[in-house]
Amino acid sequence: MAIDKRVSSAQAALEGVRSGAVVMMSGFGGAGFANVLIQALSELPVKELTLVVNSATHPYSFTHKLIENRQVRKIICTAARGRGRELSVFEQQWRDGLVELECVPQGTFSERIRAAGAGIPAFYTPVGFGTELTKGKEVRVFNGREHVMEEAIYADLALIRADRSDRYGNLAFRYAQPNFGPAMATAAKLTIAEVRAFAPEPMAHTEVQLPGVYVDRVVTVGG
Amino acid sequence: MAPLNRFQMAWRAAQDIQEGMLVNLGLGIPILASDYVPDGRDVFIQSENGIIGCGPLAADNAADTDLVDAGSRRITLRSGASIVHSADSFAMIRGGHIDVTILGCFEVAENGDMANWDSRVPDKGPLVGGAMDLAACARSVWVIMEHNTRKGEPRLLHQCALPLTAVRCVDRIYTDIAVVEVTPTGFLVTDMLEGMSREELQVRTGAKLSFAPDCRALTAPPITAPD
Repeated sequence: MAIDKRVSSAQAALEGVRSGAVVMMSGFGGAGFANVLIQALSELPVKELTLVVNSATHPYSFTHKLIENRQVRKIICTAARGRGRELSVFEQQWRDGLVELECVPQGTFSERIRAAGAGIPAFYTPVGFGTELTKGKEVRVFNGREHVMEEAIYADLALIRADRSDRYGNLAFRYAQPNFGPAMATAAKLTIAEVRAFAPEPMAHTEVQLPGVYVDRVVTVGG
Repeated sequence: MAPLNRFQMAWRAAQDIQEGMLVNLGLGIPILASDYVPDGRDVFIQSENGIIGCGPLAADNAADTDLVDAGSRRITLRSGASIVHSADSFAMIRGGHIDVTILGCFEVAENGDMANWDSRVPDKGPLVGGAMDLAACARSVWVIMEHNTRKGEPRLLHQCALPLTAVRCVDRIYTDIAVVEVTPTGFLVTDMLEGMSREELQVRTGAKLSFAPDCRALTAPPITAPD
């Protein structure tokens, strides 16, 4: 049977997702949030999720719905500060000890994700040395400079957003929409892409920005 | 001359951006510097979300939510621009391919230690973003910040009190009253506000200052709003 990764709906795409899953979600600055899939996840009875997402509080993302629903046990992110003086829903739950936070420099965050997808369990980076974010981590000197050891982040599920897909799950993105999506797709056991449009003919190789080998299910959501 | 305002501080830093540089600008005052790069210098601005060649802000009718910079601002692309994904963007940053990053800051120590990501506001979550990567790995790290806090405390210090962003990383500081290089022997003033005495600048600084033999007057054109 010919490969066809399309599924009929976001609900169908999330078939098999369980409580306790580690979930990566792409998105940066308003671009690349898989909000249709996140909305669908927020309607499922799954809890104790670990979210791997750049921002815990970005106003354009639906991440907050998962937090409000108390579906989240832990967040690994680079930005956890809500705008303004008022505490965001994440900050309230964090203050009250209801959700755990691991704050990571953004390059280390993205490289830990890429490493997982590239078969590298850990690596050394100079970033974060001498700061509280790397306290307790192994330090080694290379080329006369201190580096800290950082471990790969593996996920059960990645929810990413792209512009177009074909039946093979090949993806093309608009502008700054890729951000964390391509690396997350490689690091998760199950990657689901929501796309604006489905390409009826297979995409040209020059158009494909993420090979479909990393994408398991595609749902067309428009927008 | 009055202390520089935020636009003038950005203007002063922008005068030091050289032809052909790849520059990453932090949120707040640094991002304003893109408006003041001298005409005729061809400069590429990198944004941590993967844009190499940020152009001016988009007009309202051309704004696109998929084309945003690190500050979530809707922008345009300049000619010759390209876009990579985040892991590649930070490989570019960590790999030493950024000529200069200009960052906002709370404190800089005389050994170049920098604190710019956590001002210890109770219960507010941390926001580190790409600051640690840029501070640790850009080829040059410039800081733009007021010389003193609102309470008048110095921000240039013997040792940082706030949590560090990176160690021994800052090369130069642009403040509202001075330009200061970080050297192996500490802070070296290269520009100082006209009419200010060396003693006065020293009193407003939390570490020993040296003065360059050719220390210049800190000046900027009158700018009160962005272009």
